Amino acid sequence: MKAGFVRGALVAALLLAGSAAGPAALAAGPTLDPARSGPCVEDPKVMRRSHMDFLKHDRDDTVRRGIRGVKHSLSACVDCHASKADGRVLGSDRHFCQGCHAFAAVKLDCFDCHASTARTAPAATAAASVPGAAR
Amino acid sequence: MNPVDKRRREFLGSAAGFAGAMIAPGVFLYDYANAGVSDGASRPRSPAEPASASVRWGMLIDTTKCASGCRECVDACNRENGLPGTTRSTDSQWIRKVDLKDLRTGKALSVPVMCQHCAEPPCVDVCPTGASFKRADGIVLVDRHTCIGCRYCMMACPYKARSFVHEPTTGQKPDVPRGKGCVESCTLCVHKVDRGGTPSCVEACSAAGHGAIVFGDLNDPQSEIAKRIREVATAQLRADLRTDNGVRYQGIPG
Repeated sequence: MKAGFVRGALVAALLLAGSAAGPAALAAGPTLDPARSGPCVEDPKVMRRSHMDFLKHDRDDTVRRGIRGVKHSLSACVDCHASKADGRVLGSDRHFCQGCHAFAAVKLDCFDCHASTARTAPAATAAASVPGAAR
Repeated sequence: MNPVDKRRREFLGSAAGFAGAMIAPGVFLYDYANAGVSDGASRPRSPAEPASASVRWGMLIDTTKCASGCRECVDACNRENGLPGTTRSTDSQWIRKVDLKDLRTGKALSVPVMCQHCAEPPCVDVCPTGASFKRADGIVLVDRHTCIGCRYCMMACPYKARSFVHEPTTGQKPDVPRGKGCVESCTLCVHKVDRGGTPSCVEACSAAGHGAIVFGDLNDPQSEIAKRIREVATAQLRADLRTDNGVRYQGIPG
């Protein structure tokens, strides 16, 4: 009886500790490399929730109708959010796209086909671009 | 001025303005429609505008200028589109150099063959998902977001123009996404054409001094390609299939 009580208390303590650490880690979010600063095309809160819908809408305008320079373009995302260090959005959990997707545990398959390197990347790292290598 | 005159003057003034407004849009519409007929689509399109059906992009390949063994267009295509350039039977090839010889006369030809950008594309007819499509300006493309990799279009294409990507891809260009499990083919460098440019193969052929490929709007009577097609005998490959290709060849038997 006493052993059962002790075990229960331990479990409760662990649960409490876990629940205390959880929200703090969630609030902090992923740690990302610095990228080019400046305002995003939408409010960051809106982008976090809806960027996939924006991209899906505008990709059809570009692929099917030939409209270039749409507001929500994946290559524009990459150009702005690529890490200053190596010009990429993939590679480690500190890179913008991979870091946030790893944090949110959401599969990221854009870069199976799309380039994950910014157009303005440093020459040395642009050559080393291997999309998909991060997985 | 008495009150009657003033009202009369106001009435005449507003009537004249109204008549002007009626005429102006009429004149504008007439000119616009007329321009579309007489000049073709000589007005360059802004990249923010959708592709227009008044344009039909095409190429004319002069086989008498195309040198056997020259691969400038193929190499330029590989560089522009981030293709590996390897030639195993399963590797992607957007342009193939085909060497032909008439055994009776000994007449030899070397021609680049790529997607012919048909007006009636069989690949689009057979695609079960709608991934294979023809844009308003006649460029035939694969929407990789929708392609399931069934390769039916590859079997339907009379020109063997399409390739399937068998292996994971690396080194994609920002403007040319490509990946494993999708079919792909010549896009007529659509990312450059949309911004007013010319396909890379055409530029490379000119830079190499051959000038065997002319790119332009088949619907614009003033364009170089339309003038050439009017003046010299050209042929579409397998014209008997009535696919009405956008790519034409000069110097091959029709």
